[in-house]
Amino acid sequence: MGTHHSSFDEKFEFGGRAKNLSLIGIAIGIVAIAYGFFMGHTERTFSNLLLMGYYFACVCMAGVFFCAVQYVAQAGWSASLLRVPQAFAKVLPIAALVLILIAAAGLYFTHPFVNEEGKTVIVPYLYKIWAAKGVTDPHSEVYDKIIAGKSSFLNIPFFFGRLIVFLGVYSIFGWLLVKYSNNEDTLGGMFNYNKSFKMACIFLVIFGFTTPIFAFDTIMSLEARWFSTMFGWYNFAAMWVSGLCAITLVLILLKQKGYFSWVSEDHIHNLGQLIFGFSIFWTYVWFAQFLLIYYANLPEEAVYFYKRWEPEFKPWFWLNIIINFLAPILLLMARDYKRMIPRVKYVCILLLCGHWLDYYMMIMPGTVGAQGRSFGVEEIGIALGFAGLFTFLMLNALSKFQSTIPKKHPFLQESLHHHI
Amino acid sequence: MSSTKFILGLFDDPDEMMNGIHKLQENSVPIYDVYTPMPIHGIDAKLGIKDSRLGYAAFMFGCTGGTVAFSMLYYMLVHDWPQNIGGKPHFAIPDFVPITFEWTVLFTAFGMVATFFYATHLFPGRTPRVMDLRATNDRFVIAIDAKGNIPHEDITNILKEAGAVEVKHNDRKYVSYE
Repeated sequence: MGTHHSSFDEKFEFGGRAKNLSLIGIAIGIVAIAYGFFMGHTERTFSNLLLMGYYFACVCMAGVFFCAVQYVAQAGWSASLLRVPQAFAKVLPIAALVLILIAAAGLYFTHPFVNEEGKTVIVPYLYKIWAAKGVTDPHSEVYDKIIAGKSSFLNIPFFFGRLIVFLGVYSIFGWLLVKYSNNEDTLGGMFNYNKSFKMACIFLVIFGFTTPIFAFDTIMSLEARWFSTMFGWYNFAAMWVSGLCAITLVLILLKQKGYFSWVSEDHIHNLGQLIFGFSIFWTYVWFAQFLLIYYANLPEEAVYFYKRWEPEFKPWFWLNIIINFLAPILLLMARDYKRMIPRVKYVCILLLCGHWLDYYMMIMPGTVGAQGRSFGVEEIGIALGFAGLFTFLMLNALSKFQSTIPKKHPFLQESLHHHI
Repeated sequence: MSSTKFILGLFDDPDEMMNGIHKLQENSVPIYDVYTPMPIHGIDAKLGIKDSRLGYAAFMFGCTGGTVAFSMLYYMLVHDWPQNIGGKPHFAIPDFVPITFEWTVLFTAFGMVATFFYATHLFPGRTPRVMDLRATNDRFVIAIDAKGNIPHEDITNILKEAGAVEVKHNDRKYVSYE
């Protein structure tokens, strides 16, 4: 079993329909961004850009995280499919750059805005609460004591410093893991594996401590007066589930195209278990955040859910839980379900949409608010644009590998004979 | 008529034991069961053992636990003694979720252990029933019910040929720790 694969020198050729579709996606995205700005929906377009930029970076980070977890756990089953998360890791520097550019543009462009107290403030399109002009100046009319108290952390230089350092460090570790794996292909032996193991250990410690801060900065600070310590893990869960779905979906689509013939339903079963398990974990942290706020019922905390409970957001609030909790529980619970490759494929697509909605529910109430909430050209177009950009860059990175299998990975045979 | 009830083939190597199973199946000798000191990959498919139904038991115990916890909470906090907790409605479902969840898990875990003990005839304090003591140590044992029509010598020969280090003709089904 498992040994009837074509060749270890199989190289991925990027072209044809995949290339055309991803380029069409990018074109749609550019048109949607232009449309959004042209129609004057500046804040909404920026919010969507931030949403997809964050999603894009998170999925690529999940690729690095996946590789690192496999090395640290000394997992054998995944050895033959590591090229896919490695391709994600190779795209991370570009995703990081895109996210930083979006945040920079969102902070650079400003507009006058009438706040809750009826005062006109000059605010940027993103992070309008903590980055508004004069909000930390005690002599200013719009001085906000709460924000001023947070300004030693939430100020523009430190914000960008953190963003650049975190994403840079993740990118470097991703690059190192890919480099060692490529060296392993020519050199063989345990030398590169041991180095990968060491780097993966260091990476996981750094990643574990910094991803919550990354989520606090990029998403939670949109509503800077509110805070939740659970938010970091909640975002980590969303990142990891959507990353796993992206890895599985790419793998299934490539398998259906005739690549990765050694990937069997046993590998998909394992990935399905991870998706199922971490969907439950997502629900757990989502609910942990919700329950404590609901139970304590403190106004400064409850405001977060108050906004998401307004009629404009309420159906989406419930849909979020239905897609990200009920759907995987019902569609992936039984053992045999996780082994049905088409079923896993559709669940992955559903969950990728579900976590888009999850990010939408995190971002939109804090930026455009209930009155400005909408779902149309910008939302769909920008999502398609980033999906196209990700697919293009990731498949391009995958085609740069000498082979689609790390052929001298020490656990390769275990992976090829994986059977559960 | 011999008094042999079970014929046991003892192997010291799992691959030879798998070969023994194969040889017995080729000769249409029905295998009663196989006992190994460690899990052998692919043996359940080879012996045609059906998937465990423990999952169904777990699901039913989980449903029981969830229902019990939810009804208990409902009875205590809504029906019998409603209290004003932070001005919330008495039937505040989010508050019920953690306990319902915990009881679901608790019932499932205990229920599965009990089901497993019941199904495998194990229980703390009960003498375990084993067909050969060394199956828990270093021998891979194929057990064949001797009541069939196949001559016992043939079975012995098949086992010996496949590499059995010892073939036992047991008059009793189980030996026990004594």
